Amino acid sequence: MSNIIWTWIAAFFTLAILSFLYKDNPFYKFAEHVYVGSSAAFMVLYVWVFDAYPKLVIGFTEKVGVQRYLLIIPLILSLFILLRFIKPLSWLSRWPIAFTVGMAAGLGITGLTQGFLVPQVQASILPLFVKGSTAGETILYTFNNWIIVLGTIFTILYFYFSREHKGILGVSSKVGITILMITFGASFGYTIMARISLLIGRIYFLLHNWLKLV
Amino acid sequence: MREFFEKLSRIDRRIIYLTVFLATAIPILTKITMKIEPLPEVVKAYNYIESLPESTIVMVSIDYDAASMPELQPMLETFLHHAFRKNLKVIMLGHWPLGLPLGQQALEDLAKKYNKVYGVDYVFLGYRPGVAAVIINMGKEIRNVFSTDYKYTPIDSLPLMRRVKNYKDIKLLFGLEAGAVGDSWIQYGYARYGLPIILGTTAVMTPDYYPYLQANQVISVIGGLRGAADYETLVGIKGQASIGMLPQSVIHLVIIAFIIIGNIGFLVLRRTKK
Repeated sequence: MSNIIWTWIAAFFTLAILSFLYKDNPFYKFAEHVYVGSSAAFMVLYVWVFDAYPKLVIGFTEKVGVQRYLLIIPLILSLFILLRFIKPLSWLSRWPIAFTVGMAAGLGITGLTQGFLVPQVQASILPLFVKGSTAGETILYTFNNWIIVLGTIFTILYFYFSREHKGILGVSSKVGITILMITFGASFGYTIMARISLLIGRIYFLLHNWLKLV
Repeated sequence: MREFFEKLSRIDRRIIYLTVFLATAIPILTKITMKIEPLPEVVKAYNYIESLPESTIVMVSIDYDAASMPELQPMLETFLHHAFRKNLKVIMLGHWPLGLPLGQQALEDLAKKYNKVYGVDYVFLGYRPGVAAVIINMGKEIRNVFSTDYKYTPIDSLPLMRRVKNYKDIKLLFGLEAGAVGDSWIQYGYARYGLPIILGTTAVMTPDYYPYLQANQVISVIGGLRGAADYETLVGIKGQASIGMLPQSVIHLVIIAFIIIGNIGFLVLRRTKK
């Protein structure tokens, strides 16, 4: 029984959200507010249940010695964040922000260098002749590597602004922008596919779970 | 001709919405499915999972929420079918709090179907905030991040978790990605600890992950509803993704037709204006 009630509620909210396509209306606004409110409440609950309570509250009761008292530092920093709303003390909120930004920047730099920049540069240094098991494969692999190597070079050249894009640089940057356009086109195609997939999902829900037509 | 295209350029957008709605609903109602030829990258992902020996521990990361459910939930369900059929041990966690109940629901439903026991065959760890820090710390010692599961059960009391110290004990991460968490898995999980990764991504995110595939930083990428349908076909399930392929194709044809008509109309009107 509860399943049926929840299906009807989900169907109502789906239709309420989709009704915006006709025009803005109170049903849409109601659904939008419920969605935002429930998501925020859910998020707060999750952070409490999965983070603050087990790490801080249970941690404080179970840990002993220095480890126990070290937990006071994150607690104080968390409280400092809230001081943003009290004007004379709002400057204290910069401490946890500085800690977070510093940590994120440090992790980001190492992560991007080790996990993105270096491996991607390595993956772009490819042989311009690859022997396959058949002539067709040889042509295919070689052609593929040429596209990756030249595509990378031409695209980088498009972003080289220290010289006027004339002559060879002009031609190269035009090839570069063409490659960029093809990339954006592929991304856009995938984006369309994603949006359509979501629509299919919702309509399938309405026809299958709610109306039982499929 | 000119009048026709002028009328067309003033068409109410709601007629276009209605056309798209019908192009989606009618193929679903017909229940016709298309023949699906799986993409090579999905075959690669399938073959890798197939090659894992029985009792291997795999980890699933739920990094999406309800907005991406139509694309990623079928992938998750197919993966769980695949893993439980092969008697793989599944550990589930996630970085998107709003999506975790979706993962938990699928895990519990399918575990029940395959008679799997909690703590022995599968474990649900839940959520911890701080994506990069969580991934890095789990590479050193999983207990640093998850000392308990989602019900505050100490993980050392679960037989499956007693076998897991860090990523060395996990032979695959199956990440379901609707955002940038997949980057963190690759940049910290793979680059720092060599964690083998297969990513199931929403179609929007798929082009962003292909460079990682080209650089062999991930085993494979399963992209969008099409990838999900491919994977369902390989595992032998006729799920929601496979059913979605016909409407997907019909709507794409409708959109292409709209684009062509719109461009012809634009050219005709521009010429007649001159």
